[in-house]
Amino acid sequence: MIAFGEIIHVSLRSLRANKMRSALTTLGIVIGVAAVVAMFAIGTGANRKVAAQMASMGSNLLVVRSGSVTSGGARMGGGATPSLSFADAEAIVKECPAVGKAAPTESRTVQIIYGNLNWSTRAEGTTPPMLDIRNWTIGSGRSFNNSEVRSAAKVCLLGQTVADNLFGDEDPLGKVVRVKKVPMVVVGVLGKKGTNAMGQDQDDTLIIPITTAQKRIFGSRHQGKVSSVLVQAADSNSIPAAIEQIEVLLTERHRIRTDEDKDFSVMNLAELMEAAAESTKTLSFLLAAVASISLLVGGIGIMNIMLVSVTERTREIGIRMAVGARTPDILLQFLAEAVILSVLGGLTGIALGALISVLISHFAGWTTVISPLSIGLAFGFSALVGIFFGYYPASKAAALDPIEALRYE
Amino acid sequence: MTLINLSGIRKTYFLGEISVEALRGVSLSIEPGEFVAVMGPSGSGKSTLMNILGCLDTPTEGTYTLDGQDVSRLGQDELAVIRNRHIGFVFQGFNLLPRTSALENVELPMLYKGVSRHERRQRAAEALVRVGLGGREHHQPHQLSGGQQQRVAIARALVNESPLILADEPTGNLDTRTSAEIMDFLSELNRTAGITVVLVTHEPDIARFSRRVIMVRDGLVVSDRHPDEEGTTA
Repeated sequence: MIAFGEIIHVSLRSLRANKMRSALTTLGIVIGVAAVVAMFAIGTGANRKVAAQMASMGSNLLVVRSGSVTSGGARMGGGATPSLSFADAEAIVKECPAVGKAAPTESRTVQIIYGNLNWSTRAEGTTPPMLDIRNWTIGSGRSFNNSEVRSAAKVCLLGQTVADNLFGDEDPLGKVVRVKKVPMVVVGVLGKKGTNAMGQDQDDTLIIPITTAQKRIFGSRHQGKVSSVLVQAADSNSIPAAIEQIEVLLTERHRIRTDEDKDFSVMNLAELMEAAAESTKTLSFLLAAVASISLLVGGIGIMNIMLVSVTERTREIGIRMAVGARTPDILLQFLAEAVILSVLGGLTGIALGALISVLISHFAGWTTVISPLSIGLAFGFSALVGIFFGYYPASKAAALDPIEALRYE
Repeated sequence: MTLINLSGIRKTYFLGEISVEALRGVSLSIEPGEFVAVMGPSGSGKSTLMNILGCLDTPTEGTYTLDGQDVSRLGQDELAVIRNRHIGFVFQGFNLLPRTSALENVELPMLYKGVSRHERRQRAAEALVRVGLGGREHHQPHQLSGGQQQRVAIARALVNESPLILADEPTGNLDTRTSAEIMDFLSELNRTAGITVVLVTHEPDIARFSRRVIMVRDGLVVSDRHPDEEGTTA
């Protein structure tokens, strides 16, 4: 058998002799591989983005919400009347071992005024643990503390967007803003978080003590009660336990009989986000299916052209056999041609796919990540396609009878 | 040592239910350095005989010993090695690889012998000089005349130093003058290098270049003459 390097050399020569046809033959593989690479880049990018959003939302997050309340036979809608007290929030932390932190929260849209500028934003009344639960960082200044919550102090934390819009380059720390005519001291600015899964700007926010919010700003009718409590489970494995413990605790605290509807519900936000991630996964599988079909079609294209090529070059095969080529020499020559075609197609496809993902992230603004895994996968698959679809034409060439092949016109 | 020894060679083709006997018991031997013409009308079995002599096919019955080795029962790949080492082919239609330079065409048998690229280049160039085509190494077949193409084919037949050249109607596609040139060249190789030449032709003018004429008819050798010797005895 002749050396491997010689076979590659001979195959390359034949491919060069038919440049146009070789280029067209690879087209199917180019498109298939480009699709695989671009699809992986988009899929990986989407997954990373979801993961980042989950992290920014807070990990192991549960939300306890007020449920329907029956008042004189009329059932009110969920959250119509806040049924969760500050004490409930404290009790959840104290009495549920699977719970790490909990914070009552209530929010309204408010107008903030500083000097001659004003800005409308969502004000969230809460307690200090909320910052940890939602993964907020303090960009500058400090958070408010528990004693400020108890005394309903007029202090606030600004989100980046609010700080930028009201203060521009000015340092907001220690400045007084007015929220619904109530003057409040800015004690800190939050670190930047970006948009959430729904595309909302999470930095467009104002965080104030829950007591201040209810007493001085929102003018809530149900002082000391909120419609939702944010809860962070101790870790990701204790989420189901935390849900059960909270349900048992609140059922008991709210004195709900077994035949009554609960006046609260516990939502697992991590689960919702995972469902969203799951749907991107489904989408990538769908795209992978499309990509593998185009690879398959590309492979069939190679097989087709190789079969034509074997027929066309019957005489060449006859000559090679007459001067001493053995069956494996011919087989490997044609197999190498098919593999070179598909690998060249694969490399071109990788470059094209990378270009497409760069263009997509540039123009559509999607996050795309070109992973080495996807490149390796695309390259490996194109080589496999070459071997798989090149084998049949090559074995047909090798099985030719030298006498018949020499006589072929 | 006898170069070629055929003994009781039969070749039967089975076409469905009909069987055709192309060769019906051919025995002959050829010594090294002979120049033999095989003649016969079409359908006589001379092509079949040529295919068997060229190790492109194997006989149904009988034994063929080439250069001391029994090749009548070898498989395809073993025959390929025999062709590569012992036989140089010259065909009627030249049978050069298209879009491939003269040099690379001549290199081909050495490629399958496993000769290094550098040595192939050198020996192919030498062979081309030997057939009078020095300086045309990089011409492709379509840039060469018929006679030149046949010279490239002869260089290819020479390059592995095979003891036997099988020429199947080598002048069938050439005009009279070029035919004579090619035949002169084959005679010269036979005389000076001692290469055995077996020629298949149906033209008596071409057969005249040989020193022995084997007539084949209906699958049998009907005459085996040495015209020169007969000339002297007559």
